[in-house]
Amino acid sequence: MDKNENQSEIFNIAGQTFKSRLLVGTGKYKDFRETKSAIDESGAEIVTVAIRRVNIGQDKDQPSLIDYLSPKNYTYLPNTAGCYTADDSVRTLRLARELLDGHKLVKLEVLGDSETLYPNVVETLNAAKILVKEGFDVMVYTSDDPIMAKQLEDVGCCAIMPLASLIGSGMGILNPWNLEIIIDRLSVPVIVDAGVGTASDASIAMELGCDGVLMNTAIAAAENPILMARAMKKSIEAGREAFLAGRMPKKLYQASPSSPTKGIIE
Amino acid sequence: MKISINGKIQSFDEKILTFEDLIKEINLKGQRFAIERNGEIIPKSQFNEYTLNDGDKLEIIGAVGGG
Repeated sequence: MDKNENQSEIFNIAGQTFKSRLLVGTGKYKDFRETKSAIDESGAEIVTVAIRRVNIGQDKDQPSLIDYLSPKNYTYLPNTAGCYTADDSVRTLRLARELLDGHKLVKLEVLGDSETLYPNVVETLNAAKILVKEGFDVMVYTSDDPIMAKQLEDVGCCAIMPLASLIGSGMGILNPWNLEIIIDRLSVPVIVDAGVGTASDASIAMELGCDGVLMNTAIAAAENPILMARAMKKSIEAGREAFLAGRMPKKLYQASPSSPTKGIIE
Repeated sequence: MKISINGKIQSFDEKILTFEDLIKEINLKGQRFAIERNGEIIPKSQFNEYTLNDGDKLEIIGAVGGG
């Protein structure tokens, strides 16, 4: 295996190595069995989870997410979905750390409003500073603003995760130019988070040079989530390899035949 | 003793002294969760040392599916 092929295999976040560049959410599935099947089919090693109140008085034997996806087999990425302030998100992740026995790798997202779920970057930056100081490895959901992305890197976030389009919208990569600026300027991994709708969107993100893609709805809300999970796995790999291979230059008005121009039968 | 658990006020008798007692009482033993009391996390390694007080507000959380 040559150096470039090797590179496509290894992905490093906060000192941990992963093979898969696809990160997936665990929400919106029909049941836990489907959640697990889709995730296994996707090959994802990092899975996001939400932190919510436990249902008191619930049947003790009723299965939980953890029964299906053991934290021993998957890297949990607790998120702060539903938090609108720095304080709420910090509080949520402190609880997550206690819940997951001192686990440090987290996904910070501080939302700005409930309709667009667009990130509140001011609150996000404030929360990131506190969390980094408290020893968390912070993967942060943000807008596709290159200045903001750089600031989040500067305060010590271990991965910057700009949106491709709104969470759960499936609108795909709306601003590839901003993503390219972010990728060019940052040294920590850049992971597209939110907005991917189908396999080609994930490939485009990877071809731009993203280090990975995080998605949930694109798989969970597909008519056949298991099949879409497999498609996403392939599209991430294909996009990454195309990026490493280096695409041919685009030539708008200059056609170039692929077959020899000599020896044409007259 | 009245304690608010996840926004619901519940009454407990005097036998419930520690967090360890409470967890058994509300049937959470053996499950994975974390507890915050009045904004402060109670370490699970010390559930038998921390005692409950009347009027405590608890949040008991776990991991659920999410993106």
